[in-house]
Amino acid sequence: MQVSLFISCFNDTLFPQTGQAVVSVLERLGHSVDFPMEQTCCGQMHLNSGYRDETVGLMRRFLDVFEPCDVIVCPSSSCVSTVRTSYPRLAREMGDAELIRRTDALAGKVFEFSEFLVRKLGVEDVGAYYPHRVTYHPTCNSLRALKITDAALALLRNVRGLELIELPKSEECCGFGGTFAVKNADTSIAMLTDKLANIRSTQAEVCTAVDNSCLMHIAGGLSRERSGRRALHLAEILASTEEGMRQ
Amino acid sequence: MTDFAPGIVVERDFPDAARDALANTQLRRNIGKATNTIRAKRLKVVGEMPDWQELREAGRQIKAQVARHLDTHLLKLEEAVTAAGGRVHWARDGEEANRIIGEILARHGAREVLKIKSLTTDETGLNSALAQRGISAIETDLAEVIVQLGEDRSSHILVPAIHRNRAEIREIFKRKLAGTENLSDEPAELAGAARRYLREKFLTVPFAISGANFAVAETGSVAIFESEGNGRMCLTLPKVLISLMGIEKVIPSWRDMEVFLQTLPRSSTAERMNPYNSVWSGTRAGEGPEEFHLVLLDNGRTDVLADEPARETLACIRCSACLNVCPVYERTGGHAYGSTYPGPIGAILTPQLNQPGPAETLPYASSLCGACFEACPVKIDIPRILVHLRGKIVGRKKETLAGKFSGEAIAMAAMARIFGSARLFELAQKSAVIGQKPFVRGNVIPSLPGPMAGWTAMRDVTPVPKQSFRQWWRAERGAESSAKPGGSA
Ligand code: SF4
Repeated sequence: MQVSLFISCFNDTLFPQTGQAVVSVLERLGHSVDFPMEQTCCGQMHLNSGYRDETVGLMRRFLDVFEPCDVIVCPSSSCVSTVRTSYPRLAREMGDAELIRRTDALAGKVFEFSEFLVRKLGVEDVGAYYPHRVTYHPTCNSLRALKITDAALALLRNVRGLELIELPKSEECCGFGGTFAVKNADTSIAMLTDKLANIRSTQAEVCTAVDNSCLMHIAGGLSRERSGRRALHLAEILASTEEGMRQ
Repeated sequence: MTDFAPGIVVERDFPDAARDALANTQLRRNIGKATNTIRAKRLKVVGEMPDWQELREAGRQIKAQVARHLDTHLLKLEEAVTAAGGRVHWARDGEEANRIIGEILARHGAREVLKIKSLTTDETGLNSALAQRGISAIETDLAEVIVQLGEDRSSHILVPAIHRNRAEIREIFKRKLAGTENLSDEPAELAGAARRYLREKFLTVPFAISGANFAVAETGSVAIFESEGNGRMCLTLPKVLISLMGIEKVIPSWRDMEVFLQTLPRSSTAERMNPYNSVWSGTRAGEGPEEFHLVLLDNGRTDVLADEPARETLACIRCSACLNVCPVYERTGGHAYGSTYPGPIGAILTPQLNQPGPAETLPYASSLCGACFEACPVKIDIPRILVHLRGKIVGRKKETLAGKFSGEAIAMAAMARIFGSARLFELAQKSAVIGQKPFVRGNVIPSLPGPMAGWTAMRDVTPVPKQSFRQWWRAERGAESSAKPGGSA
């Protein structure tokens, strides 16, 4: 299958290794990946911060870039949820029939990475090997907006060598919330502190999820705590193989 | 006596008020414990209902229909209440409602009036308005009694004293109630002390004020659901009963009530049914109050109605499920929201009923995690409305010079420009790698200045790596393989 990668501005800039992992898994499964170089940002931050005009501009741009693609895969559930849910809603709020048609059509073509593997390709075992103790944090967008937690867990259960530990109170937000983490830093930190305590209680070395934004928040706390634990995107676990480790 | 009138005027910015609340260890423990307990109970009783999602959808639709034809339903309600012997009053705002109620009581020469727990009267600041007329309002809901005697403010829409524990309640009672010298902090003893105080009031005060959970337009019936039975006392013993309700509380018919009778108790107290469900229609000779007044309050609700994307705010049945599941509320408690309506519903309702000012910080008091939307029995998409309200605030600010040139507005405009071109974006990535250099220590950025200082107070920052994804792709695959999707890589 021809898959177009929507990397997200955040991953492109800060977590290129996640994008590389997505490419590697998809190619290992025999699919072709292309990367539309014109892509930048879906506008999620502008949207959630109330900057509507700017969002509309970025949405139109996103449509122009990705409309020619058949299948779009993204390793970020919050960006997928912006394209799938917020775009069509925004178009409706604007009452623009043409935009409604375009955003609806696009919404059906964009998938979160783990969702794409399990629900679209029907693959739960990607042949990964990752001999570590891991806990999974269902990020809010993947849990409540996209409802794809079971897909991520199925993939993790099939990783050889991986010991999956259930995270207590996993459904609770880590406190990131985009600008919330800065505008309401104190409350955000209080939420993160509890998330870190729950992660610590699992004795896992690695906390994984499908959003690097939340993971960066968690990782920032883990690092500050010198906790000896780290955060890692699910795609990177799935990209890891026995052969790769030997190299 | 509380003098926080009216209850929806927010005085402090949420982040400041939250900072204080977060430092209150007793409050953190009390609220954390209470919300976690009620959450588990709610999940259990909701789980018993195979048609829960259908019930939520039905509730949503009923409320949407009410909002669309609100005027018709309200006129029908007025007609039915009047036909049943009651009187209907229309109040444009809280002040007018307070005046109407004050005048009715003054006409009867009332010095004291009983009160059933009511958010709407807190919203209008009725108690303090009555106090100015020399009339004392006596709260009768146990938690409201604790709040009133403690000269405190409610912190939860269903359990106003949720921030208090037993030991604190005992101290309040010992200070304010006679014959409580040897009171223990056993719940039964505490309830006993409150009961002795309230019984005397029930038997001697012939006036009562209530809110309303619902009003059925077809029969002019008003309904109150409660757990203690104190409300039932207030609804049946007094001679004069006055009910204040927001105009959105009307439902067309009894048939609609069936839905809410299933969803409201499960979502609020996590019961299958409330112990006391009182419904009355006007007055009846020889039974209950001789005089009944229904005061219909607008107080900004028609403005909410006019703002279509925010309209479903009015569907709220005040169950408090959104508060109990909210990770922000769980940590800050209700007082930080500075309003009668705290938590997620407060974050959308309070600013809509308010003037611009500190209330405008409330739509930002959320990580948009969506737990509230998931729990809401009438499916109010609170995160969506939060974002809509943020948009309105930004729009308002952009109209002022200071707002237009605020740091945030400039940054957002600059980001939008950068994201407008892949070339500029890549340039920005490269300059970030250079610009961050003074801040990088080892493989993290431990501290940043300005607005980012809040982040680094507790969280290290991941530095921007030398090679972005797009640079890697170009180096590995060449730009041509990516230009045209459909071509194989
Ligand atoms: S918004 Fe929904 S969950 Fe919150 S109090 Fe209202 S009805 Fe209940």
